[in-house]
Amino acid sequence: MTNQQKLDKILTRYEGGSADLIPVLQDIQDEFHYLPKDELKVVAGRLAVPLTQVYSVATFFKMFSLEPKGKHQIRVCLGTACHLRGGQRLVEAVARRLEVQPGRTTADLQFSLETVGCLGSCAQAPLMMVDDKYFGRMAVDKVAKVLKPLKK
Amino acid sequence: MKNDSVNLTIDGRKVAAAAGTTVLLAAKAEGIDIPTLCYHPELKPEGHCRLCVVEIGEAPHTRLVNSCTFPVAPGLVVQTASERVLASRRMVLELLLAQAPAAELIQKLAADMGVYETRFKKGHPQARCILCGQCVRTCREVVGVSAISMAFRTPGKKVATPFAEESEACIGCGSCVFICPTNVIAYSEKDGVRTVWGRHFELQPCQKCGNYIAPKAQLEHWAKITGEPVESFYTCRDCR
Amino acid sequence: MPKFESIKQLEKYRGKLLSSRKPPQVLVCGGPGCLPMGSEEVAAAFKSQMKKRGLKGKVVLKESGCQGMCAKAVKLMLRPQEITYQHITAEDVPLIVEETLMNGRIVDKFCYQEPDGAIKAHKSKVPFYQGQLPIVLSRMDLIDPGSLDDYLAAGGYQAVQKVFGGMKPDEVIDAMERSGLRGRGGGGFPTGRKWRLCREVPGEVKYIICNGDEGDPGAFMDRAVMEGDPHAVLEGMIIGGFAIGANQGFIYVRHEYPLAVKRLNQAIEQVRKVGLLGANILGSGFGFDIKISKGAGAFVCGEETALIASMEGQIGEPHPRPPYPAVEGLWGKPTVINNVETWANVAAIMNNGPEWYAGIGTENSKGTKVFSLVGAVNNTGLVEVPMGTTLKQMVFELGGGIRGGGEFKAVQTGGPSGGCIPKQFLDLPVDYDSLQSVGSIMGSGGMIVMDEHSCMVDVARYFMSFLHDESCGKCTPCREGTGQLLEILTAITKGEGRPEHLPLMEELCATMRDASLCGLGQSAVNPVLSTIKYFRKEYEAHINQKKCPALVCRALLKYTVDPETCTGCLACVRECPANAIHGEAAEPQDIDQELCVKCGMCQAVCKFDAVKVES
Repeated sequence: MTNQQKLDKILTRYEGGSADLIPVLQDIQDEFHYLPKDELKVVAGRLAVPLTQVYSVATFFKMFSLEPKGKHQIRVCLGTACHLRGGQRLVEAVARRLEVQPGRTTADLQFSLETVGCLGSCAQAPLMMVDDKYFGRMAVDKVAKVLKPLKK
Repeated sequence: MKNDSVNLTIDGRKVAAAAGTTVLLAAKAEGIDIPTLCYHPELKPEGHCRLCVVEIGEAPHTRLVNSCTFPVAPGLVVQTASERVLASRRMVLELLLAQAPAAELIQKLAADMGVYETRFKKGHPQARCILCGQCVRTCREVVGVSAISMAFRTPGKKVATPFAEESEACIGCGSCVFICPTNVIAYSEKDGVRTVWGRHFELQPCQKCGNYIAPKAQLEHWAKITGEPVESFYTCRDCR
Repeated sequence: MPKFESIKQLEKYRGKLLSSRKPPQVLVCGGPGCLPMGSEEVAAAFKSQMKKRGLKGKVVLKESGCQGMCAKAVKLMLRPQEITYQHITAEDVPLIVEETLMNGRIVDKFCYQEPDGAIKAHKSKVPFYQGQLPIVLSRMDLIDPGSLDDYLAAGGYQAVQKVFGGMKPDEVIDAMERSGLRGRGGGGFPTGRKWRLCREVPGEVKYIICNGDEGDPGAFMDRAVMEGDPHAVLEGMIIGGFAIGANQGFIYVRHEYPLAVKRLNQAIEQVRKVGLLGANILGSGFGFDIKISKGAGAFVCGEETALIASMEGQIGEPHPRPPYPAVEGLWGKPTVINNVETWANVAAIMNNGPEWYAGIGTENSKGTKVFSLVGAVNNTGLVEVPMGTTLKQMVFELGGGIRGGGEFKAVQTGGPSGGCIPKQFLDLPVDYDSLQSVGSIMGSGGMIVMDEHSCMVDVARYFMSFLHDESCGKCTPCREGTGQLLEILTAITKGEGRPEHLPLMEELCATMRDASLCGLGQSAVNPVLSTIKYFRKEYEAHINQKKCPALVCRALLKYTVDPETCTGCLACVRECPANAIHGEAAEPQDIDQELCVKCGMCQAVCKFDAVKVES
């Protein structure tokens, strides 16, 4: 499917109008792993909202990325319980191993690293997620093991 | 008509205000000028600069609210310059002095309140934008094209064109430049071309006198929304 | 399952469920604490073991919602005996099947153990559960959240029956007012009053919204309810819609909770099929439907007007009030927004009566509250206690005291908008007014316990960093104020603090509290003001002596290797990002203080406790 076709498939699910803007962007983010500029311009036209509104919304909300994200999403929790249990050190260890800064994607587009506010599993702090999988009670010396299967 | 007025107290004075008006305007009608930054009579008030705060209620249950959106209500007690209000206004201005060190309006308003410097870390020495949003709201509500908007959020919130590129919706009217209270938006005109928000607009000269009227894009916009042929806008006001 | 077109049909179906045989059950906890610890593997192991041992059909296996004691993941509940097992892995399953399921014998090593060694196998004997009064969490270890039958058998939708069986909307609102229920999302506004205000606004079209944007780091109560008992939320909303006169409800779920979205959608589909959502519910003539709306990553959207803005496709910026959402909300229509936990209380109040609810709790804070008790306690997890339970009871009885034999330093309630409460207030009863009186708030129920390893200046800085990042940026006091407070707090943690910083922060906080547009900015001051008030000495140590007594603020620390204990294994050398550690293999290492960036990795990886830190 071309990008155009993928976008059409998403847009047919919606009636149009401002209320659909965030759900449409969420679907685009899920499909393309980021919000491509050209697709956003089409969205503005099809939903009949100003492009400025689309841009404002795309830059306001944390889940949206205007830059391509990596194949694997690594999320390290920096919620309160995780922060108190060494969350910051965990982020730094992961960042070092992947050679990428939090909020960025590796040059080969394999990994995106981000810190998140709270994953809701505070009793297992510090926590990190690799795509859909949770890793609780993490430690700096467990990072290599967790990342190893992905690096292939 | 008696039914249309609301009785409230402002700074100890009993006031009869028009029903449906705001505390800001009711005070103004009484000759009390509350300072504002994001308020403009032509725009829908948003109440976010927090300079126009007033203290409402009776002790000890008083609180501060922004007067530009707060509706007058029967029996409302308002203080426009209590200690708490003045302390907040000074602090807001002190924060803005740090945010926008080069904004002359802020320096003036702050000095009027006895604040001459800021104890906080300053932003860029040339920064003038106080994020009052009047440019964005003017473009959206008055001009109707919404060519610029507030992008990002704290930190990094700023007025921007989509993707920081030339805004296709912009008609080069310069209303945003005109309305900005702190002279932030870059704008220039040279050799029949106006440049604003990084985009060049060819200016249309008057068919009669040759003086420049407005960017072609702006006249095309007027033609579109009025349904009149664009040529009807090629004569300037003086020559009509 | 048939479509329920009348109350009688629903009753009959429920009766059939209740009279059917109830085999023994194994409920594996699939809550937020156990899921990352392998609950799905445990459940799969049970499935295969039970089949192997011929128990399929004789014992029912379910994955339940959060059973509460998250520190002991993975948890099991065995019914009907109510035996609770903890720390279960897939490898333990064959033994449990053999011993307990087939032979009725309790395996001590899987049971809760008191500090004196006493084994407590039954839920009713475990202190963590003894101090609780589950209402919202009452079905967590009882039902499969994906099963409508389970919810019905547990008494679900009985409140809907009661309400649609002849009650008038005003009577429902009256009951909610008499119950004393206050908003559980943090605002604490009386729920019944909010419903009444909205009902009284003229208009055909009204909306109700469930706020599932639980953004407080450290809080996962709403997540547990949405995932573990989604029907409770739906039932509350159906009743609320009827009372207020709204035919459309929305559940706004933060996008970081995909499982909650899935379970809620599943539950909505189930009740649509049987006619409990849709037109003419149970023949009442009242129609109601619910739609899920997903958040997009903004803590500020937990604020009512910001939430509404984002549902309307705008950026999540709050607006000044009035107008209040109850009068002018979603799409300009009268809208009631309540938190997940608030909605989850409605059915119980209607079933048991408002007087029952008002009989629990304190004078101004009725009922129970779900807390996520996390941090430096032994028994971290979700608890539900009557309002008025003291902090001491929560930390030392339910929580089992400070882990690792440490010392209680403070408890932070209310998330980033709350304050830190020191040990002199341990006897404080937990309720809205008491928490406010000591400079904190109830918030959504986060309760983070801190021991001597937490630096209160760092805690304030951490929260300010969060709030600064989440601030929408619309109003000056919050946008600029959080930034300047963060600037100052960071400087203090780096040893660059000055004595005038403390009064400056207090002065700035006064304006932020008075003049910020919404609750985020207004309560951003709480972590700062409460820590300055109760832990001033710690601030002074950072500012005047450039010391961090809790050994947290890196710039003020010095890391050295103890030559007596270091084995020269080089684990630290490998981790050091600054190449600051040198030495021969199998010889004690040395940290070059000029190069050391004080990240603490060496200490984190050292298995011999050979890295010493001082301030």
